[in-house]
Amino acid sequence: MNAASHFRDAPGMAPRSIRMSLDGETLLARPGETVAAALLAQSGDATRRTPVTGAGRTAFCMMGVCFDCLVTIDGRPNVQACMTPARDGMVIRRQIGARRLGDQP
Amino acid sequence: MSPDLVIIGAGPAGMTAARIAAEGGLRVVLLDEQDRAGGQIYRNLGAAAGRDWLGPDYARGADLLRGLNHPGITHQPRATVWRVDAARGVIWSRDGESHVTAAPHVLIATGAQERPVPFPGWTLPGVMPAGAAQILMKQSGMVAQDAILAGAGPLLYLVAAQMIAAGSPPKALVETGTDLRHALAKLPRALPAAMTLAKGLGLIRRIHGIPRHHGARDFRAVALAGGRIGFGFTTRKGPQELDCGLLLTHLGVIPQTHLTRSMGLTHDYDVAQQAWRPRLDAWGGSSRRGVRVAGDGGGIGGADAARAQGALAALAILHDAGRLDLDERDRRARPLRRALARALSLRPFLDAAYPVPKAFLAPPDDTIICRCEEVTAGAVREAAACGAHGLRLMRTALRTGMGPCQGRMCEPTVTGLIAQTTGCAPSALGPGRIRTPVKPVTLAEIAALGRQPEETA
Repeated sequence: MNAASHFRDAPGMAPRSIRMSLDGETLLARPGETVAAALLAQSGDATRRTPVTGAGRTAFCMMGVCFDCLVTIDGRPNVQACMTPARDGMVIRRQIGARRLGDQP
Repeated sequence: MSPDLVIIGAGPAGMTAARIAAEGGLRVVLLDEQDRAGGQIYRNLGAAAGRDWLGPDYARGADLLRGLNHPGITHQPRATVWRVDAARGVIWSRDGESHVTAAPHVLIATGAQERPVPFPGWTLPGVMPAGAAQILMKQSGMVAQDAILAGAGPLLYLVAAQMIAAGSPPKALVETGTDLRHALAKLPRALPAAMTLAKGLGLIRRIHGIPRHHGARDFRAVALAGGRIGFGFTTRKGPQELDCGLLLTHLGVIPQTHLTRSMGLTHDYDVAQQAWRPRLDAWGGSSRRGVRVAGDGGGIGGADAARAQGALAALAILHDAGRLDLDERDRRARPLRRALARALSLRPFLDAAYPVPKAFLAPPDDTIICRCEEVTAGAVREAAACGAHGLRLMRTALRTGMGPCQGRMCEPTVTGLIAQTTGCAPSALGPGRIRTPVKPVTLAEIAALGRQPEETA
């Protein structure tokens, strides 16, 4: 855990001005980018644990195909972070294992 | 007011078709999953000004984006289509709410996805498709650092050149080996696409100086301390061990056919591209009247081919709608057909030059091949040997394809493993049955739609 991000910003990119939270900690995003991009820019760590073996995963395909980037956003479980534009105030939670019906808002 | 045409996908095919259809007087609804039009190839182009390091080919999509500025076109972004219903139209979801858009004509332009590249360790955080890294460059201005590119195909060279131009060159380029002897025989047929070939050679020159490994096989990734990746492979020089922050893999792209398959359209197996594609006529017409397909979703041809196919489909739709007479349709189609032939002339060479190594269609036993249900290649081989000789039997036995990705990440591999174990041809094993919703939606969302979509499959 606590792996550094494997990405850096290209020269001339706008600052990350959107403020969200990830499990209570601040997560920044640039306008126009997805939650998955913001997660990858922040850290190289897993953003979920799989329901079957508990293995760590994070965003993979970045185009809505693989569903490895699933997170809970504003209480809604199993949201594709790579298909969700980042917005101010979003409350994001990593998913550890499977969601249950009782978890629904 | 209901539209005359629904187009699914705002990449080069969908955007071209939208403009031509709208100019011909049709009311067009353009549905697209992304926040902004462009598809993957021109992703975020409208907001990526100043990013010259992405190269001139990316900027070539600008005219298509401008073309969407037409009163006849309604672009619905972030619209995920999960069913096309023969009777009721196109059903799509946005922000947890579903909508139905019905029209007499439907054009499916859903494009391609990257071919899964399964090997032991490909599920680790730190391993990603090269195309995903390119999406991050286009959409977020984020460049991979301390990265290794591995696999085969032109996209690897393009991503490497873009990374170099952005000041973050890859550490190494690990190629699975190009069967150039076989490919050279196809080269004369590719001459109409000489410009594209020259651009490709230019790309390869630009990555001069990056350490390269050829003929690599037996990929294996392990997690190292600090979130780094240990990448092992074997070349003629013996076993190699590299380490990196990010391992970016690529073995080409395959058509996204979940939607067309869910509709029961006829599909054929393309042996050269090792993927299923819908059966289409010269105007993109599918086996169902009123439903056309254009672009990579109908078979991989690239952006220039997609433009031509989108335009041809739009002309055919205008003719069907009584807006364009036969002569005019055929007259306007002639230069498009030449452009299409030129664009497609490169494919046999590329398919031969960058074949998918068998080890990625039927990987080692300890490879997780179904990322959702975490099923290994060994388990699939065992089930196949015990009689699970088809995709549906395998699904019942092991749940391959029953996770949220609905088989998008495992079906080519499950097919390859069954083919290897049973000796059947991949074409005899599919196409797998795809059921709607082709993207997950909640029961609550379906219920709120007010009417239960009927299952015709």
